[in-house]
Amino acid sequence: MEIFWFIVLMVMLGIYVILDGYDFGAGIVHLFFAKTEEERKAVTNSIGPFWDANEVWLIASGGVLFFAFPTLYASAFSGFYLPLMLVLWLLIFRAISLELRGQVHNRMWEMMWDKAFGIASLLLALFFGAALGNVVRGVNLGMVENGISTQEPHYFFLALWNPTFDPLAEHQGVIDWFTLLLGLVAVVTLTIHGANWIILKTASTLNQRLKGFIFKLNCILLFLVILSAYVWHYVKPISLHNFESNNWLWAFPFIAAVGLFGLFRIKKFKKDISGFIFSSLFIFGSFGSTVASMFPILLPSTNNINPSLTVQNMAAHEYGLSVGLGWFAVAAVLVIIYFIIQFKVFKGKLDDVGYGDH
Amino acid sequence: MEDMILYNRLQFAFTITFHYLFPQLTMGLSLMIVYFKWKFLRTRLEDYNHAAKFWMKIFALNFTMGVVTGIPMEFQFGTNWAKFSELTGGIIGQTLAMEGMFSFFLESSFLGMFLFGEKLLGHRLHFLAGLMVFLGSWASGFLIIATHSWMQYPVGYEILENGKFVLNNFTALFNNPWLWPSYLHNQAGSLITSSFFVAAIGAFYLLSDKQSRFGKIFVKTGVIFGVISSILVAFPTGDMAAKNVVKYQPVTFAAMEGIFKTEKGGSEIVLIGQPDMKNKKLDNKIAVPNVLSFLTYQRWDAEIKGLNEFDESIHPTNIPGLYYGYHIMAGLGTIFIAIMVLATFLLWKNKLYQTKWLLWILMFMIPFPYIANTAGWYTAELGRQPWLVYNLMRMVDGVSPTVSSGNALFTLLGFIGLYILLGLLFLMLVLKIIRKGPEAQINLK
Repeated sequence: MEIFWFIVLMVMLGIYVILDGYDFGAGIVHLFFAKTEEERKAVTNSIGPFWDANEVWLIASGGVLFFAFPTLYASAFSGFYLPLMLVLWLLIFRAISLELRGQVHNRMWEMMWDKAFGIASLLLALFFGAALGNVVRGVNLGMVENGISTQEPHYFFLALWNPTFDPLAEHQGVIDWFTLLLGLVAVVTLTIHGANWIILKTASTLNQRLKGFIFKLNCILLFLVILSAYVWHYVKPISLHNFESNNWLWAFPFIAAVGLFGLFRIKKFKKDISGFIFSSLFIFGSFGSTVASMFPILLPSTNNINPSLTVQNMAAHEYGLSVGLGWFAVAAVLVIIYFIIQFKVFKGKLDDVGYGDH
Repeated sequence: MEDMILYNRLQFAFTITFHYLFPQLTMGLSLMIVYFKWKFLRTRLEDYNHAAKFWMKIFALNFTMGVVTGIPMEFQFGTNWAKFSELTGGIIGQTLAMEGMFSFFLESSFLGMFLFGEKLLGHRLHFLAGLMVFLGSWASGFLIIATHSWMQYPVGYEILENGKFVLNNFTALFNNPWLWPSYLHNQAGSLITSSFFVAAIGAFYLLSDKQSRFGKIFVKTGVIFGVISSILVAFPTGDMAAKNVVKYQPVTFAAMEGIFKTEKGGSEIVLIGQPDMKNKKLDNKIAVPNVLSFLTYQRWDAEIKGLNEFDESIHPTNIPGLYYGYHIMAGLGTIFIAIMVLATFLLWKNKLYQTKWLLWILMFMIPFPYIANTAGWYTAELGRQPWLVYNLMRMVDGVSPTVSSGNALFTLLGFIGLYILLGLLFLMLVLKIIRKGPEAQINLK
C-alpha cells in the first residue's frame, strides 16, 4: 500500500515538474530572450491560463505527502526550513507579478513585474534542482555529533550553506557544489522546456530565435549532464545498485537520452509540439532515473548511526492509506477531466488571448 | 523554548489572519457573481453581465492573494509544527490532501476558463465555469473546516503506543458533530463580508453620483444577500455552534461569556464588561439576568458552569482575548442584522436609494464584517488553547524540534514585510478597479 502511494506521489511530482517547469522556463526565457513588448506578451500569454493550475500540482503533492508519509513531511519540512520559506516567498512573488503586471498600464510598472517574474522563476528553478540534489546527497539525520545522536532519529536541520560548500562535509548546507550543479542542470533544462512551450503555444517572432538558442543551450545541458553523472557517482556511490538488480530500470535513463537526443534536432521538426515532447521526455526520464536509483529510500542519512528514511518506515497507518484510495481515485478522474476540458478550451496558439483580458 | 513557541504562534496567527481576509470575500463573492451571471442569462440585461465581469476582476485579484497566502499555511504545518504534523498527519493529512485534490484543481482549472474564456465558451458555459469556481471555493472551505473541527472535537481516531494518531473511521471525519454548524456559520460569515462589500461599493457609486445604474444593482443585491446571511449567521448556525461549545468545551464557553463563577438560579448574558484576571471578575459590567441560561438551555434558571468549576491547567490560555473575540463577533453580528433589516425595509418601500444616511453607513461598514469574521476565527482558535487537539495534545508538544527561535523570528519578519507589501499593492489595485467601475467594461466595446 505504501509503495502505491509512493508511486502516486512521484507521478504527481513528475507531472508538477513537467507542467510548472515550462512556466518557470517561460519566466527565464522572458528574462533573457524576450526583447520586444510583443515577445514578452507572447511569453506571458502562453502560460496565462495554465500556470495557476500547474502550481496546484505542487500543493496537491504536498497534501498527499502530508497524508501518506506524515513523518517524512514533518522531518523534511522542518529540516529544510529556510530553503522552503525562501521557495514560498519566491512562489508568492512570481504569482503576484504575473497577476499584477496587467493591472496597470505603465512602462515602469510592467518592467518591474517582468523582472520580478523572470528572477523569481530563475531562482525557483535553481532551488528545485538544488532540492533534488539535497535529497540525493542525504542529510545528517538525527543531527549526530561526536557519534551521539542529538535529536530524534528522523529530525534534522539544514542551514543554507556551510563555508566549505562540500557535499561530503559532516554538517552540510542546502547549497554546496553538488547541489548547485544540479540546480544549474535544472535551470538549463527548464529554460529549454519553457522555450519549447512558447514555440508550441505562440506564433511569435521569438520562435525562430528560440530554436537557435535551444541548440546552444542543449550543448551546455549535455556537458552538465555528463559532468553531474560523473560526480553523482562520487557523492553517492551506491546509485547504480537498483539498476544492477532490476535491469528494466534502465528504461528511465534511456528515455532521458532519447529526449536529449531529440532536442538536438529541434530545427528539423515540422511540428511545433515535437520539441516540447522531447524536453518532457528528458525531464520524465531524468526524474524517473533519480527516483529509481533511490528507492525505497526517501531521504538518505549521511551518518552511520541513524537509518535513512524509507517508504516503509515513513508511511501512515494502513487503514488511512486504504480509505484514501477511494477518494483519490474519484479525485484523479475529475482532475483528468478538468485538464482535458482546459486544454480543449485553450487549444492551439494563444496569440489572440490578450494578457490583460480580465 | 518559550521564544520559539511565541514566534511560531505569532507567525501562524499573522499569516492565517492575513490569509483569511481573502477567502472570506471570494467564497461569498463567487456565489454573488454566479447570481449576476444567472440574472443575465434569465433577463438578458447587459448590465448584469457587466456587473458579473466587474466583480470577477475584484474576485480574481482576491483569489490570487488568497492562493499565494494560502500556500504558506500548508507548508507551516510541516515547517513550524512538525511534531504536530508527524503525530496527526495520518488524520488531518486526509482532509488537507482532499482539499488539494478536490477543490484546488477544480477552482484553478475553471477560474482560468472563467477569466479568459468568455468569448471561447459562450455565456451558458461561462456561467457553468463560474459555478464550478463557486463549488471549488466552497468545497475548499468545507475541507478546511473539517480539519479544524477534528482539532476541536477529535473523532474516528486511535492513538498508537508511539503517540501517533491514526484514523480508524473515515466517515466519522465528516459526521463530526462539530463540523456542519461551524461550516454553515463560517459560510454565512463569508456571505456577510461579500454582501456588505458589494453593497458598500454600490452605496459609493450612488453617493458620488457616478455609475448609479450599477450602484442600484449592487446595493440591492448586497442588501438582499446581506439580510439573509446576517440572520443565518446568528440563527440557526451561530446558535448551533455555540451549543456545541457548551456541550464539548464547557470551559471555553465560560471564558467566552465571561462567567467566572457559576450562578445559582440562572446565568446573565454579558453585553459589556472587561475581564479582570487578577480578581476573576468583570469590570463595568452591563448584563441582562437569566438570558444566557435561556439561550443555552431554553430554561431561565438553567445552571451554566463558570470557570471556577474547572482546573486552572485546562483554562484557555488567553481568557481576555477569547472573551473579546467572542463579544466583538456577536456584537457586530447584531449590528449587521439591524442595518440589513432596516435597509431591506427601505428597499421594499422603494426608499433605499434616496436614504443617504443609510447609504453612508453601508459604505463605511466595509471593514466590519472582516473584523467580525476574524474575531470569530480567534474565538474558535483561542477557545481550543492550550490544546492543539482538544484534550489530547498540547500546543507546546506540537512545535518543530529542530528549528531554532532565531530562524522562526527571521521568517516571521519576512512574512510581515512581504505581506505589508502585498496588502498595499492589493489596496491600490482594488481602489483602481473600483474607481474605474463597471462602466469601464462598456466603454471598452
